[in-house]
Amino acid sequence: MTELLQATSLTRYYGEYRAVDNVSLTLNAGDILGLLGPNGAGKTTTMSMLTGNLSPSRGEILIKGCDLADDPRQAKQSLGYLPEQPPVYRDLTVNEFLRYAARLRNIRGKAIAAAVSKACKRTGLSEVTDRLIGNLSKGYQQRVGIAQAIIHEPDVIILDEPTVGLDPIQIREIRDLIRELGTRHRVVLSTHILPEVQAVCNRVNIMHMGRIVYDDADSETPEYKQLIVQFGRDIDVHTLLALSSISNVIRQESGRYLIQHHADSNPANAIATMAVEQQWGLSELTPSEMGLEHIFVSLTQGEQSNDTRQDGDQAA
Amino acid sequence: MIISIALLELRRMMLSPLAWVILALIQFLTALQFLNSLEEFMLNQPRLAALENPPGVSDWVVAPLFADVAFMLLMVVPVISMRSLSVEQRDKTITLLMTSPVSMTEIVLGKYLGMLFFLAIMVGMICLMPLSLMPGTTLDTGKLITGALGLFMMLSAFTAAGLFISSLTRSPAVAAVASFFLLFALWLMFWINSGGELVRTMIEHLSLLHHFVPLLKGSINTADIVYFVVFATTFVVLTIRRLDMQRLQG
Repeated sequence: MTELLQATSLTRYYGEYRAVDNVSLTLNAGDILGLLGPNGAGKTTTMSMLTGNLSPSRGEILIKGCDLADDPRQAKQSLGYLPEQPPVYRDLTVNEFLRYAARLRNIRGKAIAAAVSKACKRTGLSEVTDRLIGNLSKGYQQRVGIAQAIIHEPDVIILDEPTVGLDPIQIREIRDLIRELGTRHRVVLSTHILPEVQAVCNRVNIMHMGRIVYDDADSETPEYKQLIVQFGRDIDVHTLLALSSISNVIRQESGRYLIQHHADSNPANAIATMAVEQQWGLSELTPSEMGLEHIFVSLTQGEQSNDTRQDGDQAA
Repeated sequence: MIISIALLELRRMMLSPLAWVILALIQFLTALQFLNSLEEFMLNQPRLAALENPPGVSDWVVAPLFADVAFMLLMVVPVISMRSLSVEQRDKTITLLMTSPVSMTEIVLGKYLGMLFFLAIMVGMICLMPLSLMPGTTLDTGKLITGALGLFMMLSAFTAAGLFISSLTRSPAVAAVASFFLLFALWLMFWINSGGELVRTMIEHLSLLHHFVPLLKGSINTADIVYFVVFATTFVVLTIRRLDMQRLQG
């Protein structure tokens, strides 16, 4: 079986600087792959290479079995790309621009109008087809960018930071759209916003310093899960550790603890019972989905974590 | 595919006031020039008629008109070509083309053809002026056609050079200034008078003007046509190479 997108040991130098180092990616049917990494991790460079906008210094890219370097025409026909900055002509109307994009992707004759109206409908542009792109808001320009990427129904859609600079409502709409796209196309999405990956992706690769440092397809389901508990006062950690399913307890701040436990058992009930017995004043007991964030922060050395948290809070 | 790109290029050019301003001003200046030399011709006609082989209106009015237009467009073509690739690179809209299933050659040829369409409109409008004399006099249509052809080939050469320069930079202003100086240098070479016989002949053959003048006089030399074709092709190929390099170097 051939993967829809297979990139093998991509490396890219800018002069002496190695922006991307030996990155391999595969995309299978049904994937919405999130490429997560702090700013400057090489995500955009990787995506430019995947879409033929940059030639890799080393490595090869196959799209539906066609080599992007040897047979770019065939390969690009099954590719849609939304770069960081939507590649739209501000002096054209939405309709004119999308008709042009359709022609560029070898859609001919009557099929053009059909493709344009379908893409507009899917991206919610139907109301603004006759307006100049330059007069549209950033969110709508982003949609035009997405519309040009999907107009030829490509198998692989590559989106580079699709929600940057949008307001929270627009972010939610774009994420819904991406999820919807994921049902019919294979999507690669780059972002530095962790909740975005959690919200829309079903696979994640983490990039840092030009390398892929984590691929959840390689790693098994995490052995440990986490609970966050809030007590009325500090407690004796050893009492908790006595519970067999708990493997580690980390004190975060006064009365607040992060409890790691084995994935196959949930100690929540036991903790609650114990809290009542010991009169700890339990006020919060939440399963934490911080697993990915934990991995992300520990792999990228923490200095970006504040950013991520803030963006996350904003987006949520 | 090339045609789609070319038509969009033309369309976007026509959406900007710049194209219309240029068309209008060129038409205005050319008309002034045309009327001026026409009047001169009328005044001198009695004396000219006495000559054995008198120059007709085509020699007296049309050929100088085309020569003047060519020189004027030397300054204007860089303004037309400056945005073609520089702004696409600056605004990253070139990604749209690069991600589409079209080759670099098609992209560059499309851009080039789009500008040639525009210049063809301009040359056509300028030709209307001599053609307006048709009811009143007999025109040497052969000379008119070779003159227009020469003018168009000249402009194609200008445009190819301008296209290449605009692929080198992200700033349209830099592209315009640099193309202007390149074209001006190639134009001036016609008048260089130093160096030995061989050097002078070589320089002369490289000069744009050297190959333009015979066409104005109504003689079509293969060498001149080939010169313009080679000139334009060279710059188009350089542009394609440049964009390919861009992809390699980033």
